[in-house]
Amino acid sequence: MSGALRLPRSILDAIRAHGRETYPHECCGFLLGAPQAGEAVELLRASNAREDSPQNRYLIPPVEFVRAQRDADQRGLDIVGFYHSHPDHPARPSAFDRDHAWPGYAYLIAEVRGGEPLDLRGFRLETVGGVFHEISLEEA
Amino acid sequence: MSVKVFLPGPLRGLFEGAASVEVEATSVGEAIAALVARAPALGPQLLAEGGALRSYVNVYVNDDDVRGRGGLDAVLEPGDTLSIVPSIAGGAGDEEAAKIAAAQAAVRQAGRVELPLSREEVRRYSRHLILPDVGLAGQVKLKNARVLLIGVGGLGSPLALYLAAAGVGTLGLVDADVVDETNLQRQVIHGTSDVGRPKLDSAADRLREINPNVRVEKHETMLSSANALELFRQYDLVADGTDNFPTRYLVNDACVLTGKPNVYGSIFRFEGQASVFAAKDGPCYRCLYPEPPPPGLVPSCAEGGVLGILPGVIGLLQATEVVKLILGIGEPLVGRLLLFDALAMSFRELKLRKDPNCPVCGPNPTVRELIDYQAFCGIRPEDDVLAGEQRTISARALKTRLDAGEVIAIVDVREPQEFELCSLPGARLIPLGELPVRLSELDSACEFVIHCRTGKRSAQAIELLAQSGFSRARLLNLEGGIDAWARDVDPAMPRY
Repeated sequence: MSGALRLPRSILDAIRAHGRETYPHECCGFLLGAPQAGEAVELLRASNAREDSPQNRYLIPPVEFVRAQRDADQRGLDIVGFYHSHPDHPARPSAFDRDHAWPGYAYLIAEVRGGEPLDLRGFRLETVGGVFHEISLEEA
Repeated sequence: MSVKVFLPGPLRGLFEGAASVEVEATSVGEAIAALVARAPALGPQLLAEGGALRSYVNVYVNDDDVRGRGGLDAVLEPGDTLSIVPSIAGGAGDEEAAKIAAAQAAVRQAGRVELPLSREEVRRYSRHLILPDVGLAGQVKLKNARVLLIGVGGLGSPLALYLAAAGVGTLGLVDADVVDETNLQRQVIHGTSDVGRPKLDSAADRLREINPNVRVEKHETMLSSANALELFRQYDLVADGTDNFPTRYLVNDACVLTGKPNVYGSIFRFEGQASVFAAKDGPCYRCLYPEPPPPGLVPSCAEGGVLGILPGVIGLLQATEVVKLILGIGEPLVGRLLLFDALAMSFRELKLRKDPNCPVCGPNPTVRELIDYQAFCGIRPEDDVLAGEQRTISARALKTRLDAGEVIAIVDVREPQEFELCSLPGARLIPLGELPVRLSELDSACEFVIHCRTGKRSAQAIELLAQSGFSRARLLNLEGGIDAWARDVDPAMPRY
């Protein structure tokens, strides 16, 4: 594990709840907080723009990103990372996840099996196109 | 002109934590270049080799994605703001991988290994399972695949044997023939003890022996316009191992109409061809050959002969394409015709284009349902009774008349290599193809008995002679050809 992300239990519960709601499709959203401090304080849901294959793909509409970034900036927060669910698939980044990830953000993945959230794990990409490292999720 | 660029969090570190920076630029490309000039580490993150924006980087001018406004060339107006927006995407991966991963996760929880393959299958397919690009996911694709083989003859034999061994889960076999001794030289799925058995039974036994995990679905029927569509719909793809033009066009059209790829192969003497027709966006057999050749111009293997090994080579090219299509790997033989010459031992490749005017797979098709392919290929039903209109003589009757000392000119229209195997007493050899230019060798006043191996080519020869002025009354077709002679008159003569 390299690095850690602290976040309140309410955010972890909210990610799981979102995954349960959208099952069998993937859910996704933003984590806002203080990246420097390794801390998330708020969850912001996003819509999944991948209507063609929502059961195994997600795409946060760029417009929602712009809005989230502006909103965070205005409130003195920043985007710490993102979460999404893997319906009936382990909470492990896929090659597709890696190819679309940015260094500097935390990526949280929730395994939702048969509609029930199980595992929830966090990852961070070290370099562009590099490998994911798992980060520990600590309850604040 | 000064433009404000908003940065996402991860890039702010390169600009002392600033959420936005001002750069001098009149286009998006200039703005990005100015940013990279100030923070060179930004270059590889935003731009791919060649200078285009990376696929996971979006740039917005105000609220518009620049990809819709000319990309990096998009012009900036005074007061515009630029936002660099990470594309946040991902997902579990493809469905099959997800299923397997789910199975594996279930296993980890249960503390034992439970895969979508049995222990016996894992061991059987181990060389596939450790092969990159196949692996467990690929083997499961093979297991779930349904492949229809048209014909279990020369091409169908290697196809069926290797696809079964490779673990293709379901093989549909279409054939209505019985194993014949003359098949054994190349149809390696059948053995000597199978002679006289239906080919489907013989093949099914052999496939069960090779791989009992494969489900063999037997369709003991002649493929026809009446049954092809229903049959094809039950399978993922079709491999064509037919030896005649009507069925070849039927297979092609039915594949186009049902949207199933047609893995094609054909053989003649020492040469063969293979391609994949009717794949999505690829050409079909009719794009290559819009019209069939006139009947009789291209002899079948039964008439022209074939090197026994040749269907092995071509059938395995087809099998390779079938497996690639199922796995979704490599470059399929779509839009390419592979030509093989066994004597030169050479492969050549022709590029095939989809014919925009193709009557079957073009944008304005005129063939929307299956047609009468016998008629399309110029084979009229009366051809079969043509011999009936002609005068015939049985082998026994010919023997009686020859024994009585009657003067009858016997003309053998087979090929020289057939003549070498066996011939009738006193027969003159004029191969059918040479007949038109050797008419002068024949005295039209004579009575002729024309023969070939079984009576088909001799019927054509009689038509040709009749049209050239020979009297039909003096042209006799030897019924059943030299084969009937060997059967009824001279048991010592070899039959082939």
